[in-house]
Amino acid sequence: MAEVKSNKELFNVSVSPHIRSEESVSKIMWTVNLTLAPAALFGVYHFGLNALMIILLGIVSAVFFEWAVEKIRKKPITIKDGSAFLTGLLLAMCLPPTLPAWMAIVGSFIAIVVAKHAMGGIGSNIFNPAHIGRAALMVSWPVAMTTWSKMTTSVPDVVSSATPLNILKQQGYDALISTFGSASNMYQAMFLGNRSGSIGETCTVLLVLGGLFLIYKKYINWQVPVVMIGTVGILTWIFGPAGFLTGDPLFHMMAGGLIIGAFFMATDMVTIPITIKGQIIFAFGAGVLTTLIRLKGGYPEGVCYAILLMNCLTPLIDRFCQPKKFGVRG
Amino acid sequence: MMKSFRGGVHPNDRKSYTANKPIETAPLPNKAIIPVRQHIGAPCSPIVAKGDLVKKGQLIATTDAFVSGNVHASISGKVIDVGEYPHPGLGTCLAIVIENDGQDEWAEGIPLKRDWQSLDADSINKIIREAGIVGMGGATFPTHVKMTVPKDKTAEAFILNAAECEPYLTADHRLMLEESARIVTGVKIAMKALGVTKGYVGIEDNKPDAIEVMKKAFEGTGVEVMGLPTKYPQGAEKMLIKVITGKEVPSGGLPMDVGVVVQNVGTAIAISDAVTQGIPLIQRVTTISGKAIKEPKNILVRVGTTFREAIDFCGGFASTPEKILSGGPMMGMAEPHIDLPIIKGVSGILALAEGESNTGKQSPCIRCGRCLNACPMGLNPSMFSLLGEKNLFEEAVEDFSLLDCVECGSCVYACPAKRNIVQYVKYSKAQNAAKKAAKK
Ligand code: SF4
Ligand code: SF4
Repeated sequence: MAEVKSNKELFNVSVSPHIRSEESVSKIMWTVNLTLAPAALFGVYHFGLNALMIILLGIVSAVFFEWAVEKIRKKPITIKDGSAFLTGLLLAMCLPPTLPAWMAIVGSFIAIVVAKHAMGGIGSNIFNPAHIGRAALMVSWPVAMTTWSKMTTSVPDVVSSATPLNILKQQGYDALISTFGSASNMYQAMFLGNRSGSIGETCTVLLVLGGLFLIYKKYINWQVPVVMIGTVGILTWIFGPAGFLTGDPLFHMMAGGLIIGAFFMATDMVTIPITIKGQIIFAFGAGVLTTLIRLKGGYPEGVCYAILLMNCLTPLIDRFCQPKKFGVRG
Repeated sequence: MMKSFRGGVHPNDRKSYTANKPIETAPLPNKAIIPVRQHIGAPCSPIVAKGDLVKKGQLIATTDAFVSGNVHASISGKVIDVGEYPHPGLGTCLAIVIENDGQDEWAEGIPLKRDWQSLDADSINKIIREAGIVGMGGATFPTHVKMTVPKDKTAEAFILNAAECEPYLTADHRLMLEESARIVTGVKIAMKALGVTKGYVGIEDNKPDAIEVMKKAFEGTGVEVMGLPTKYPQGAEKMLIKVITGKEVPSGGLPMDVGVVVQNVGTAIAISDAVTQGIPLIQRVTTISGKAIKEPKNILVRVGTTFREAIDFCGGFASTPEKILSGGPMMGMAEPHIDLPIIKGVSGILALAEGESNTGKQSPCIRCGRCLNACPMGLNPSMFSLLGEKNLFEEAVEDFSLLDCVECGSCVYACPAKRNIVQYVKYSKAQNAAKKAAKK
């Protein structure tokens, strides 16, 4: 018998396939950050320096906590992948502009350390970390979290410091319209972002443009924002303040955190169902819950809780919505 | 435009290195290392011993097992060793080593002239079996087994798989341009053996010249030549059948379950050579390519020639390769070294330069769903990597149909987290098989 020739590994022998697409996690995350940036910058311009402080502290602390947790747990440092940056940014964009800026650090802590890393790190968290951070702040400092500032830009003074949804909840639809002067004034203000609200949620047009870019890049499925926003629109129209079919869908679709939530949080791939079918169910459920909270709940706004609630159902939805297998009927 | 299959990916095809290079005949090896296993199925046993003189085309290893493929001498000369040698797919394997006597003399009775028209199905299949023909696209499943229609089934159509969807590979492309007559004969013989009148040739539309040549060549035969959308894995049997016939091979089933038999271009030529001239499978056309190869080529090469000799024939390395592959970059196997024999199923040898292979570093799954969209089998590949990581292979089999995975690599290609899903699939399948075997 001949000796077995040396099988020394001269070359890399990793398993097939040997070529990969250019796509990467950090490319996706940084692109999302980029698409959020215009609306965030608008928030700074609109609400002033404190908003900037909140955004900066939110981002820096989120990145820091990510680094610290990974350092302590001796895991690879992943702060460059842009996901902690994204969590910090999203969190800050969902905070009121008058919040004491240091609270953003607390929010980031909850988001990164508790909601992300304690759940197993990127990919394993059930809830959207930024939303958990926001919800935790809401519970801890309910007053600070519901105090809204006047805007710094030159908009009619009549637009009070309360958010449009607050006015609607407390004073009714007519009062809402009269705050803005007229319905068309209101739509315009809400479209352009000239309203009170969380730092990054107000500018509908910039958020939608950012979202469209993500759809174009195929990083999110268009069905999710369309179904979620559409569901809220239709339901709020049907169940209007003066009875059936008297609602104002246009207002509701642009109000609160729906646009940012539908485009940027209900599309957070980690915490939503993995199939498109499942995502549509998720988006529909989130839309229904948002409407329910807005119209019937104790809070004026429900996007954050609606998405968190649907996050719980994600594993269940995934179980029932599996892709259609090749060669299997039905 | 034809309807495509669901899923799939669009890797850069990188075929331009060799697509316009006519097939060149590689020099005969000084010694041919011929493994007794070059196919799926039972290994053959050597019927020659050290010191024997053999001729080209002489049977040197065989078996009674039906699912197997005979092995023939690819050169004439003296058997200088029968022993364990490196093998491109198995690590090592029993091989017969023939020292070239430089005569390149045929064994008695080869080549002959045979009128295939007068043969019946059984005799055609017998010839194919004796000639040791196996699937030359890389799967190496014995051809006579595929061509034997089970009693309870009827064949309805034959498909020539000329998709050649793996990047880099152009051997089939060149064969279509240069050897169309043999291909036509091979297809006609296969259709006769199967007793079918419907025949198709499926070619990806990134090879318009081949489509044109094949259309001309098959004129009047009733065989339909179809340009298919270029999308990986178009050449996977199930996808090809779906696109051409609209039928889905059932999960866990074979093409024959929908009455179809698929053979690849190289195999059709081997059938033609065996049936009309009595020539067994002792050589093949393969693509030598990749950035690390000085002069990429399509070469006609004898079985048992080493990767090293083939690469030397292509000018050697232009730079130090990072990876050596046998087969294409999507499904081919990375080889640790190049002192390996070319066997029947080696559809290409690729030397990928630093950075050309771009496998990236695996990070946690972010559930982006890209792998689901890429999977032509409609599976959830992300679960294979997650469950494989935790050793939950039984769950992967039962709840996520692991065994339906064809290991095409589309999911991995698409994954932004660079998950090595196919690695987990292979691992889990092996674990599952071992567990099943242990239960018996
Ligand atoms: S493509 Fe990769 S990261 Fe995305 S779901 Fe599949 S395995 Fe996970
Ligand atoms: S390797 Fe398997 S799981 Fe991945 S895409 Fe191909 S068939 Fe689907």
